[in-house]
This record gives sequence, C-alpha cells and structure tokens, in this order.
Amino acid sequence: MFVTNASRGLPRHRSRAPAERYSRWALRALTALLVLGTLWLVVAFHLRGQWMFSLLFLVLGASLAIVFGKRQLMSHRYIFPALAGMGVFVIFPLVYTIGISFSNYSSSNLLSEERVRAQFLDQTYQAEGQAFDFELVREGNRTRLYLEAEASGAAGEASRLVSRPLAQAVEGQPLAVEPTQAAPSGEALGIREVIANREALEALSLVTPDGTELQMAGLRSFAPMLPRFEASPDGSLTDLRDGTTLTPNQETGFFVTEDGERLTPGWPVSVGLDNYTKIFTDPDIRGPFLQIFVWTFVFAGLTVAFTLALGFTLAALLQWDQLRGKAVYRTLLILPYAVPAFISILIFKGMFNQHHGEINLILENLFGISPDWFTDPAMARTMLLIVNTWLGYPYMLLLCMGLIQSIPRDLYEASAVDGGGPLTNMLRITLPLILKPLTPLLIAAFAFNFNNFVLIALLTGGKPDILGASTPAGTTDLLVSYTYRIAFQDAGQNFGLAAAIATLIFLLVVGLSWLNLRLSKVKV
Amino acid sequence: MAMVQPRSIRARKLGAHLALLGFVSLVVFPLLLVISISFREGNFATGSLIPERFSLEHWALAFGIPWERPDGTVVQPPFPVMLWLWNSIKVAVASSLMILALSTTSAYAFARMRFAGKAPILKGMLIFQMFPAVLSLVALYALFDRLGQLVPWLGLNTHGALILASLGAVALHIWTIKGYFESIDGSLEEAAMVDGASTWQAFYHILLPLSVPILMVVFILAFIMSIMEYPMASVLLLDEDKLTLAVGAQQYLAEHNQRWGDFAAAAVLSGLPITLAFLLCQRWIAGGLTAGGVKG
Repeated sequence: MFVTNASRGLPRHRSRAPAERYSRWALRALTALLVLGTLWLVVAFHLRGQWMFSLLFLVLGASLAIVFGKRQLMSHRYIFPALAGMGVFVIFPLVYTIGISFSNYSSSNLLSEERVRAQFLDQTYQAEGQAFDFELVREGNRTRLYLEAEASGAAGEASRLVSRPLAQAVEGQPLAVEPTQAAPSGEALGIREVIANREALEALSLVTPDGTELQMAGLRSFAPMLPRFEASPDGSLTDLRDGTTLTPNQETGFFVTEDGERLTPGWPVSVGLDNYTKIFTDPDIRGPFLQIFVWTFVFAGLTVAFTLALGFTLAALLQWDQLRGKAVYRTLLILPYAVPAFISILIFKGMFNQHHGEINLILENLFGISPDWFTDPAMARTMLLIVNTWLGYPYMLLLCMGLIQSIPRDLYEASAVDGGGPLTNMLRITLPLILKPLTPLLIAAFAFNFNNFVLIALLTGGKPDILGASTPAGTTDLLVSYTYRIAFQDAGQNFGLAAAIATLIFLLVVGLSWLNLRLSKVKV
Repeated sequence: MAMVQPRSIRARKLGAHLALLGFVSLVVFPLLLVISISFREGNFATGSLIPERFSLEHWALAFGIPWERPDGTVVQPPFPVMLWLWNSIKVAVASSLMILALSTTSAYAFARMRFAGKAPILKGMLIFQMFPAVLSLVALYALFDRLGQLVPWLGLNTHGALILASLGAVALHIWTIKGYFESIDGSLEEAAMVDGASTWQAFYHILLPLSVPILMVVFILAFIMSIMEYPMASVLLLDEDKLTLAVGAQQYLAEHNQRWGDFAAAAVLSGLPITLAFLLCQRWIAGGLTAGGVKG
C-alpha cells in the first residue's frame, strides 16, 4: 500500500525524457478536448431545453476537469473513467427513472410543450367555399390537373389553374399549378379514372403561385389548406374554424377545449405520486401487479431451492473419492452453464412446442399426454421452472464444489470412526458448514432470478396474458418483464408507470444487496 | 486406501454411476438434439438422434449460402446470421477492451493507493452492480435518443451506443482484478518508484506484465457477457442488419413461423465457439464467481 508522491506532498516527478514529457502533454491535450466536448454537449442540450442531460454532462465535464487538473487527486485519475462509466450508465439512469416515475411521460405525453404547440400550429384545414372543381386531362402521354374555381374570384384573380404533368410530382413536395386562360386541350378523363387513381391524388398537394396549398377535398374538388390554430399571447390557441379556444392544462399536460375535452398529443408534466397510488388502488392494475409480484417471489425462491438442492447433491456425489471419471462428469454437468443462455432458452422453446416439439412427442408416446406448455398458465410456469433449473444448477454445483473442498477432511474421518454413513456426513457436516458462506451468494442468486428478464422474454414473453388487465400483463411475467412490457410493448408505452414499478424494484434490490453486504462482511 | 471393498460400497458406486449417467444424459439431451436437428431435412422433422434423412441445407443457410433442393427450388437464407455474429463480435471486442482498460486502472488504484472515499466507493459499486439493466432501459433509451440528435454515431440503432452502454458494468471486473493485484507483492513497484519511476510507470511496466493471466480472463468474461447481453441490444438496435446474435436469434422462433431446423444450425454454429471458450476458462470463471461475494 503506497500513496502517490503528489498526495504525500513530495516534489512532483519530473522526467527529462522527452517521450515522457510529450505523453504528459498528450494527456493534458486529451483532457482539454474531452472537457470541451462535454461542454459543447452541455450547451447543445441546454439550448434544446433538456436540462437533465445538460446537467449530466456538466457534472461529467466538471469532474473530469477537476480530477485531471488537480495534482492532489492523482489517485482519483485512475478510478475516474470507471466511475464515470457507472455514473452515466447506471446511476444517472437510476435517478432519471425515479424522476419520470413522478410524471405522466408516455406515448401520448412524449414531446415537449413547445413541440406539441408547434404541431398544433402546423395543423391545417380545408377552407370551404374556396374550392376548385378539377378534371384530369390527358394530352398525349402526359396527364395534368385542370382546376376551375367554384365561386369565381374566390382565390384571388386566378380562377383557372393548370398543374404541371403529374409524372413530375415528387413525393412529399407540392406540385406547382399555374394560372391559365382556358381549359387545356386534350381528353378529359372521367370519374372512373379519378377513382382508380384516388390514392395518388389524395397524397398530392398543389401550390399556387401565391403560395396557397391545395389538397383533394372530394372526388370532384380541390380546396386550399389554411392554418387551423392561431397562438394567443396568453399561451392558449384559437381554433380559426369556429373561434373556440384551447387552453393548455399544466396539471394533465394536454390542450383542453372549452367543454373540457383533451386533445392529443400532450406533453409530460409532473403528476406527483399518481403512478404509485395507481399501482396500489386502481383494481385493473393492482390485481395483475400483486399476482405478478407474488409469482416473482415464488419463481425466484423455487429456482434457488431447486438449483441448490440439485447442485449440492451433485457436488456431494462428485466429492466422493472412490468415484471414477469425476472430471468427465464435471465437464458434462456444467455444459448448460457454458452454452449461451439466449441459445439454450430458444432450444427449449422449440422443444416444448405444443405440436411438433420433442418433449410432447415423447410424453405422447410414453403416457399419452401432451400438456399445453404455452397456453395453460400452470404448465407455462412449470416449464419456466424446469428450464431455469436446467440453466441454473451448474452455478450452484460450482459454488458447492469450491466450498466443500475447504472443509477439513478430519471431520469426515472422525465421523467414520463414530460410524457415520454418507447421509449423516452430508446433512450433519457438509451442509451446515457450507451454508454460512453460501448465504450471500444465495441472496445474489435470488436477486438475479428475481430480475431474470432474458428467460421470460425469450421463452414465454410473459404469456398467457392475465384477463381483464388494463396494462399488458401475463401470468408468467416477472416484475422486470412486466415493467419492460408496460414501457416498450403495445400501444400504451406508459413510461411513467413503468418507472414507478422500476423504482419499487430498485428499493427491493437495494434491500437485498444491503443484506448481502452485511452477511458477507466485505472487507475493503 | 481400503484394498478390499465391502459389497455395499460397490453397490453404492454402481448406483452413483447410474444416477450420474442418467442425469447427464437428461442434461445433454437438448444439446445433442439440436445438433441432430441441424442435419435433418425440413424445418420440423422428427426422428431419432442420428438423422435418417441427412441434409446440409440448414448449415448452408446458416453460412448465408443459398441452397438448391433436389427438386430445383432454391432456398434463400432467411436471416443474415453471419452478419449478426460479426456484429456481436465487433461490439463484444470493443466493449471488452474498453471495460478492461477502465477496470484495470481503477483496480490498480483500489489495490495500491490510499485516497478519500475508497471504501464507500467500492461498497457502492457492489450495490449498484446488482441493479438489472432492464430497469434503466427507459432512461438509456431517452439518453441515446437525445444524444443521437447531436452525435449521430452514438444515437439509437448504432453499435456505438451499445458499446458505450456496456461500460456501466465494470464493478465485478474491478473486484476480480483488485483481488489479483493484492495477491502480488508490492515491493517490486516500490523499488521501481524509489529508483525514480512514476506511479503510472510502476503500474504500466511492472504490475501489468505480471497480471496478463487475469487480464485475459477478465477480457474473456467481459466478451462472453457482451455476446449474451439481450435487453439493452433489444431496445437500442432496430434494423435487421444492425442486430446482434442474441437479439436476432429469436426471430427464428417467431410466433407463427418457426424455423426450427434453420435455428438449430445457426445455434450450433454461433454457440459452439462461445461454449468452448467458456469450458477452457471455467477454472477462473468459477473463481471469479465467488470473488465478489466471499473473498471480498
């Protein structure tokens, strides 16, 4: 154990070797560049109004500058990169998640208020009474639109317009129309052709020389598009069609009409503890949540119990001196741990297939049964436990083998002198002695299976679904996969609710890992 | 050593062997089955473990080679497996190298230096590493979504984002390397520093060469973890040609169109190297498992 010269107050090490001096300057230049880079991000995020990200990079850049600028913090330079990685990708997401659990951030409240306002101001409507009748006119191999104002003089002087050939239209860009004196010569196509090309015509937008945009308003007419809303100084919007006003409601994050109707999209606002109270009081959420909560505990507990029982028995068996071929057994037994989980889970998914899977074929031939592994909740849960035991017992086997080896041999000799059999040895000597060092690892295994997302996502996807749930919830979902489905699946994308459940899981995991640290008495 | 074994011991040994053999065959059955299926004709062929109608179709498709059936129809590969494998390897190599660099330097500081906040930082790392990444996905998604608007190669649907996001999981590796560093006597480095080496030089020229084995192990561990990473990649990557193997492989067994045979070949092809690497390193991996919890 030593401390750096700088923090001991000793003179700093100065090298006369040019290579080393250059590398020192290179480090300084790199630091300066990184600091400038993060500062640029800070400013850019700030200008976009995303203060949380701006703050994140401000903290990151400032700590970088301090740690690499002060000579007393020489030791901290070594741990800074790893801490920064954890800070940005573990701790910041944690804080951010807790933050959005108090908001209504979701697919309907996704954009910022300015963007929502801009979207409303972009909306247009078709002005009636200023429409043009139109005809498709074919001249040779070119087709054009000929427009004639319904009421003369409605759209300025130009009451007769003709478009450029339709073949020139570029998707997403309006096609220019020009004033004309008379209908273009050529064959006017009938209504049948219009209906046949209806989709293309509906996608078309025309622009007159004075900039008004025209769009198809019916099978016979095109009409100008006018902005629908006008912003008022007090922040509300006026609907130009009927003169009603939309007021922004900062409680719900929506624009509201005069009779209280919400208009989507909205923007995220703080809703306080609403998401949490919803979990515990809304019956459509509370029911599935409690069911999933209980199943998560049962699943994690049973997995640890089964894998430990199997792993311990096998380890005790493999410790037996007189058994030959232990190395081969050992290698074969830890195979499930060596195969990447995402592959073996998918293998089981294929094997448990209800119609063509090998497992049902064998069961059918031997016992004449073919269980519905994927549609019956109880069978689906059984399948999850079987697969997870297969995946998880090698870990327990490795742990138990390591721990059994550290038990002094003379205990067994003493037991043999007193006439103890193998069962006595296992239950009275081996098990009590390894249980204590094993406990923190069992808690870690419990926490891991509590959050075993990959298994659920790849094997059942949480299905079969719970009936009558207002959020996507399945009978085999764990809390994590439930959270994932609320946030990323289906239409709802309720990030706020998902974050609230995630925060609850965070609290549970903190409890478990605190317990773990206490029990394992980590020395640092 | 007992020369003459009583009958009961022999019976017990036989019993143990039988039990072990039975269990091992149960455990290995799915793996053998997949190898067998990958050589069977058709996508849901049943039969014995040794295929009766041998066909290399699934293997050709897994390698991305179109396959011509005897009746003349040409089957195109359903998914770009080799591209997915390449994506996985690219991401895994980059992220494990970065993880190795970050965790080695900080493990050095934690093992050899005294500084403010050392114990709480180490303990905090142990607690934070237990948080599942799935739960921070909303935040990470938002972060990379916004970041991508400023820095395109770090946005959603880029490998850069996935590599960067994996840098949060360094705590376990720091503990492993720190334990190894502490088992090496510090007097060599102190001697070097007495002779005028800087802290960094002592670390780089003396300690690092002595620690190559543990660095290899941590690299392989991080590599395997990155290859198997599923939740983050499933949210951050969108296009089919950007997917990693862990995310792409499940498309073979989609709800309505299960390509069991094609999946088997792709699974054996991509799973075998990882499995072998794991078996070769199992000794150190078993040690690393207990390092965080027991040794401390």
